[in-house]
Amino acid sequence: MPVSEAAAAAAAGPIGSASCRPLIEMSRISKRFLDVVATRDVDFAVFPGEICALLGENGAGKTTLMNVLFGFYTADSGEIRVQGEPIATPSPKEAIRRGIQMIHQHFALVPPMSVLENVILGHETGAGPFLDLDEGLARLAALQSRFGMNLDPAARVWTLSVGEQQKVEILKALYRGARVLIMDEPTAVLVPSEIVELFKTLRTFASQGNGVVFISHKLNEVMEISSRIVVLRNGQVVASRATARTTPRELASLMVGGEVVERARRSGGGPGDPVLEISGLEASNDKGVPAVKRVDLTVRQREIVGIAGVSGNGQRELAEVVFGLRTPSGGSVTVGATRLVSGDPSSSIAAGMARIPEDRIATGLLMSLSIADNLILENHGSGEFLSFCLMDHDRIRRHGERLIHEYHIKATGPAVVAGSLSGGNLQKVILARSLSSRPRVIVAAQPTRGLDVGAAQYIHGRLFEERDRGAAIVLISEDLDEILAVSDRIVVMYEGRIVGEVPADRAARDQLGLWMSGVVG
Amino acid sequence: MSDDLVGLAFVTGLLAAAVRMATPVVFAMLGEVLAERAGVLNLGIEGTMLMGAMTGFVVAIKTGSLWLGVLAAAAVGMLLGLLMAVLAVHLGLSQHVSGLGITLLSTGLAMFIYRLCFGSPTVPPTVVPFGQVAIPVLAKIPLVGPALFDQYALVYLSWALIPAVSVLLYRTKIGLRLRAVGENPFAADTAGVNVPLVRTVSLVCGGALMGVGGAFLTLAHQNMFLMDVVGGRGWIAVAMVIFGNWDPVKGALGAGLFGLLDGLQLRLQALGLAVPFHVFLIIPYVVTVLAMMSVSRKAMAPAGLLKPYRREDRGG
Repeated sequence: MPVSEAAAAAAAGPIGSASCRPLIEMSRISKRFLDVVATRDVDFAVFPGEICALLGENGAGKTTLMNVLFGFYTADSGEIRVQGEPIATPSPKEAIRRGIQMIHQHFALVPPMSVLENVILGHETGAGPFLDLDEGLARLAALQSRFGMNLDPAARVWTLSVGEQQKVEILKALYRGARVLIMDEPTAVLVPSEIVELFKTLRTFASQGNGVVFISHKLNEVMEISSRIVVLRNGQVVASRATARTTPRELASLMVGGEVVERARRSGGGPGDPVLEISGLEASNDKGVPAVKRVDLTVRQREIVGIAGVSGNGQRELAEVVFGLRTPSGGSVTVGATRLVSGDPSSSIAAGMARIPEDRIATGLLMSLSIADNLILENHGSGEFLSFCLMDHDRIRRHGERLIHEYHIKATGPAVVAGSLSGGNLQKVILARSLSSRPRVIVAAQPTRGLDVGAAQYIHGRLFEERDRGAAIVLISEDLDEILAVSDRIVVMYEGRIVGEVPADRAARDQLGLWMSGVVG
Repeated sequence: MSDDLVGLAFVTGLLAAAVRMATPVVFAMLGEVLAERAGVLNLGIEGTMLMGAMTGFVVAIKTGSLWLGVLAAAAVGMLLGLLMAVLAVHLGLSQHVSGLGITLLSTGLAMFIYRLCFGSPTVPPTVVPFGQVAIPVLAKIPLVGPALFDQYALVYLSWALIPAVSVLLYRTKIGLRLRAVGENPFAADTAGVNVPLVRTVSLVCGGALMGVGGAFLTLAHQNMFLMDVVGGRGWIAVAMVIFGNWDPVKGALGAGLFGLLDGLQLRLQALGLAVPFHVFLIIPYVVTVLAMMSVSRKAMAPAGLLKPYRREDRGG
């Protein structure tokens, strides 16, 4: 085991050490999707012993580039070499054979199968056509002890937590003899304590002479875990830096192509009277298991309350109950003096509540309808859009044109179908629809998930404007950075309860992390 | 004493009929299980069975060999399975539309080819069907022996295939891959499994079983080909797949239940009660619907079922 050699290589760092041959080398890689250039003439390499971060906004081409390396996508041009040898016909199978493994953001696991079955899939043990699970079991146990993991091989994957599922993915990669591990935004779904564990595993892996590519757009993480950082913008490499010789500020400006704008401070007064009052709210999730447990929360005028928490701790159900999409089993929701009718979204809309849904495509918009039609979904019954009881398409179109202009939606006109828009523009359509009615309460769930920095900033800016106008805003997000940057007050949800509350300017990240992982003290 | 004998004979006869009625459904159900566990709903099943029934019959008459007929039925089933794979897997078309299209195509084609071969005779041609093969010793067991162990060779083959498909799914490397492809093709793909290939092979092999199920109807169960010879047994097989929760053994139990009811209704008809015979005819189908209503609530379909898989659909 050449650990000392690898450790030396890692210490020296690959930059400038000519003696160190790269594990993989990609040169002049270009890949287009229809008309969109995803990557253009990209050169990229991974060296033994390093954790190389691939940094960039959403849509910068990070994931596409790595899918090309993994053989999942076929590049239009360019070459991939593994330890000097070119890959002639790229495919996941070939990549796996050559020691390249990719762990996608959406796990590639088979939920009803066991941990062991998932790990050995495609590399099954046994003689002839028959499966021999015992042989795989022994190899899995050896791997687990080597990397300090402790999963039950017989457990069905759907019963595992997200963090454990990620471990299954890592074990899969290790089992296939990975030399280069590509991790696509691996921390997005983890609680802080799981992130620490993940980083430990990755360091152990790299220290054995292997390489890790760590795709992320989170600067703090990248600074902590990586030894080298490659920044992509618009499908091209704009910089490669040794982590020790750069700063988050420099990286951020490389990523967005300019200095990051500081958050707009509040212009109106402080919080005013209570508007949204939630008391003793209880609700079950889709499986009938209690998901929201006696939640009390008051949100005032000119206030953004951030609800932090790891996904699946009742935030989604809370948002749905508050908006009337889910019937609560107890408690009440009041807007101003109006107590909302439970399970009736129209009463919420009538009371001045707007909703920015968690899943824009599934529950936010109708992808096959035009932008103009989507913009009137929540108030199409109002007289504004009717003439003689029929839809007045002229007025609907003008309404669409006005909002497209006002909200900077990038589309050629109101007749364009929503399905042809990018994620950021879809979210702007939702914003335009919900905010144009000047709501008193806004429930925003994951409003910037999957959006690039520019679009996210725009959304945040709009939320600030709404707050300063006087709206009471509930922001539900799994992104702690977003919660910290946008909220005035932060509450943390864990297993359906609010386990902590703190004003944003006094919030400490580690305290929030503890609350999020259920450590209450 | 004589009453007892009649009772015994009744039970034995009923069991034997149940087995005969269940056999084509078992073949087709196993074929559908293979397709669906790999993530493709093959609604071409009804048409594939009809083509198998016609082909088996025509080839048996022309060559004089019943077994060549069975092989030809399997081959035609494989071809139709391949067609389904081209449409639903390689072109990524809707599985519902592709399957129903194949059934419509086969329905027309089966009659067309039959007419080409025999014209439209007033007395339809017949074949000397498979005879029963008694298994020594076992066939002598009272009550069940003559029913279960004095059957057609194809019946024994269908029984052997039930555990064989089970072993294939749960105990072989191919089976693990097939199930993974049906549950999460993306996971299988990133594990280096060729998703379109696995789905194609499943459809082709499944098609062969459906074809043989059809041939059983014209070469053993009956001795001639009629347009309604399949009579919805393909759809029953699809229902049995769901009834059995996509498990070959449970699906076969469902098919056995269906066969039992089918055999029972024939005997009820023979009693000559003052009820239109149609009432008895629908019994197995009504019970199937009722059984489905209670069971399908808990059914857990393969998660990848009905979803065409194309790698670069995921975009940037």
